Amino acid sequence: MIPGTFEYHRPGSLDEAVTLLTKFGDEGRMIAGGHSLVPMMKLRLAVPEHLIDLGHVESLQGIEITGQSIEIGAMTTQHDLIASDSLVETCPLLREAALTIADPQVRYRGTIGGNVANGDPGNDMPAVMQSLGASYVLHGPSGTRQVAARAFYEAAYFTAREDDEILTAINIPVPAPGHGFAYEKLKRKVGDYAIAAAAVVLTMDGGTCDSAAIALTNVGDTPIHAEAMGESLVGTAVDDGAIAKAVAAAKAAASPAADLRGPRDYRAHAAGVMAGRAIKRALARVKT
Amino acid sequence: MNKTAVKMTVNGQAVEGQVEPRLLLIHFLRENLGLTGPHVGCETSHCGACTVDLDGTSIKSCTVFAVQAEGASITTIEGMANADGTLSALQEGFMQEHGLQCGFCTPGMIMRAHRLLQENRDPSDDEIRMGLSGNLCRCTGYQNIVKAVRYAADKLNGRQEAAE
Repeated sequence: MIPGTFEYHRPGSLDEAVTLLTKFGDEGRMIAGGHSLVPMMKLRLAVPEHLIDLGHVESLQGIEITGQSIEIGAMTTQHDLIASDSLVETCPLLREAALTIADPQVRYRGTIGGNVANGDPGNDMPAVMQSLGASYVLHGPSGTRQVAARAFYEAAYFTAREDDEILTAINIPVPAPGHGFAYEKLKRKVGDYAIAAAAVVLTMDGGTCDSAAIALTNVGDTPIHAEAMGESLVGTAVDDGAIAKAVAAAKAAASPAADLRGPRDYRAHAAGVMAGRAIKRALARVKT
Repeated sequence: MNKTAVKMTVNGQAVEGQVEPRLLLIHFLRENLGLTGPHVGCETSHCGACTVDLDGTSIKSCTVFAVQAEGASITTIEGMANADGTLSALQEGFMQEHGLQCGFCTPGMIMRAHRLLQENRDPSDDEIRMGLSGNLCRCTGYQNIVKAVRYAADKLNGRQEAAE
């Protein structure tokens, strides 16, 4: 399986990368870790004429945690996320989710930026970012803007990113100390995309839930963050009755296609089960 | 077709070439450099037979373009033996514990296990299994592969003489 021919470009700075992207328009494609794009190129489902390699743009690297905010450079790999002790201390959901992605070799190459930017509904990090209330930094010829992860995904492979913009970083508000979190993913085997998965972040005040966010992976054209799922927990003790309501809301929000991973009803049901498990595990992890 | 110059270090030797940008690293290693230890298996980044070490990471060389490895330091199975030509602990482990039958997956298994042991000198059996979860073997059922990595870890940690 040999990809089609293309010209290769290796910009050394963000501005240079934006200039190339603007110049080549539809014929140009960015490559980050390449573990979604290269397989597509081998199948000739992607046939870019110009490949713009972001691997040498240093400003896209690194994890910075300052007070209220975590900033992760787009070229940070899944392996880097897993290996960052300070990130695990501040926002442990990211390691838990990263460890469910692909396999060790792929995680050394696959980047957080590529995972959230390419719009593949099977990717795990978009729902995780929605549950965390993250936003994405987009840099283009007319400057820089931020878009909330919850508003970024429009349809499968269609996002709020313009063709001449580069997703340069992800900003995550530092979750409250002692918050509960979980990513539950049902998959057929190591490395597979989810049959259904759920990300949960919640906080408790005394015995009462004062915030909850739930988002679902791979049960629709986009990741699904449904306000109703989280709201059904807020103000409750997250008892069985409240969890049942959230699970019902998750099933109702899920709109999976039937595919190799199972029929539609099964996958919607699985979304509910994953949401229920994730809520329970998040609750058990709350530290007061 | 335009060619692009690439330079990298492979098994300690500086190499360079003029390559089509679409040339995959696995083909550069096998066809340009004659290093046929890394195998072409699934070609879809699932099986791990093409795994090599690149700048301290294990990667599937079927899913990386040679041009992306510009300036990198790469180790393949051909670079794994000790300087005096004797087998490394991992290679010895795969031999002693029958960690292979047909041998097709073995170069990838050893290169991945090598990086795993660099990052975790004494992994549990579970950690070995998860650490090798990107490498498929259709012969052994994995048990002896886990034992082979365990053998190498024991040896590297000074817990074991050569096998009986």
